[in-house]
Amino acid sequence: MENLLSIAVKAIFVENLALSFFLGMCTFIAVSKKIATAIGLGISVMIVQALTVPTNNLILTYLLKPGALAWAGFPDVDLSFLGLISYIGVIAALVQILEMVLDKYFPPLYNALGVFLPLITVNCAILGGSLFMVERDYDLAESMTYGLSSGFGWALAITAMAGVREKLKYSDIPDGLQGLGITFISAGLMALAFMSFGGIKL
Amino acid sequence: MAQTKRDLLVDPMVDNNPITLQVLGICSALAVTSSLQVAFVMSLAVTVVTGFSSMFISMIRSQIPGSIRIIVQMVVIASLVIMVDQLLKAYAFEISKTLSVFVGLIITNCIVMGRAEAFAMKNPPIASFIDGVGNGLGYGLILMTVGFIRELFGSGTLFGITVLPTVTNGGWYVPNGLLLLPPSSFFVIGLLIWAIRAWKPAQVEQREYVIQAVEQH
Repeated sequence: MENLLSIAVKAIFVENLALSFFLGMCTFIAVSKKIATAIGLGISVMIVQALTVPTNNLILTYLLKPGALAWAGFPDVDLSFLGLISYIGVIAALVQILEMVLDKYFPPLYNALGVFLPLITVNCAILGGSLFMVERDYDLAESMTYGLSSGFGWALAITAMAGVREKLKYSDIPDGLQGLGITFISAGLMALAFMSFGGIKL
Repeated sequence: MAQTKRDLLVDPMVDNNPITLQVLGICSALAVTSSLQVAFVMSLAVTVVTGFSSMFISMIRSQIPGSIRIIVQMVVIASLVIMVDQLLKAYAFEISKTLSVFVGLIITNCIVMGRAEAFAMKNPPIASFIDGVGNGLGYGLILMTVGFIRELFGSGTLFGITVLPTVTNGGWYVPNGLLLLPPSSFFVIGLLIWAIRAWKPAQVEQREYVIQAVEQH
């Protein structure tokens, strides 16, 4: 239990996907103009992340790892080179399924999140989460925790960023820095602030 | 076609740069630029993948049904990335360890998808290949510039060779540790965008609000 807690805290603050690994930056910069949309996107990323990381973990353990196909009678087969293509396939498929389920059973939520769902397939935070799970050898419980909390960390970061940008548009910025430039610099300052969590050991 | 091949190659480098203007592919631009060597390998990998994926997608563009085109593009890109990943593991293992997950993340690098969707689906293979390479180079240009600044001022070296001898090694240069930390790439890119826009004012974004002076009574 302590182990899981430590993974969660690490994924939310210390190793925040957006601000210390810079994953999902394209969407992070593009969709952080308003707080309301940022929260919507953040929640969808969190849901998708919490679903895909454990699913990819199952696929890795039972299909791709060296010796993983022993249950099917092929103990010598190593399919780990197919990793990337299967993870992205799983992500694309899960996003599609999630979209259909939401549309059928939770129409209000679907209407709120609808625009963002397809975008999430190409959000590197999602694929990055799965790849970190592989690199760090998480088991199923650990990857569930990691998926949920890293998604939450990303949502936190984009919401905070949107808050900063809503205030920023009233300030007097030099012409060349307008828009993209100042967004980068304020994201950099936020990343520096998040680095102060770096010393925390659990 | 209105654009010549030369335009296709040169245009994305400054006038229509994927990073500073189209806001694509920023993730990896920030994370892998702490040293020039890594930035170089990463730009090479992205250029190869963008060029070839645009070419292959353009070759089969009339066969792809519209509704599943994203998945088809994804499969083409993912296969190319797997090849690059395996090649790096075989011939440049150290660098592939430093790049860790970022090679895999070329799949979701928006430049590759963006060019496939915006250009390769509508244009013949050779033009698409050149467009892909051009965009890869534009991306590489920014990546190398950031890598150059960060490595030179952060540790006083270029490609691992000492240029500014640091104080700890008996030289005179006190390295700026901030530039080795990841957030510094945000600052470097932000300032780079400022520099490019000061040079090419056409790229400046419109203000949403104009601050007006209060009238004095």
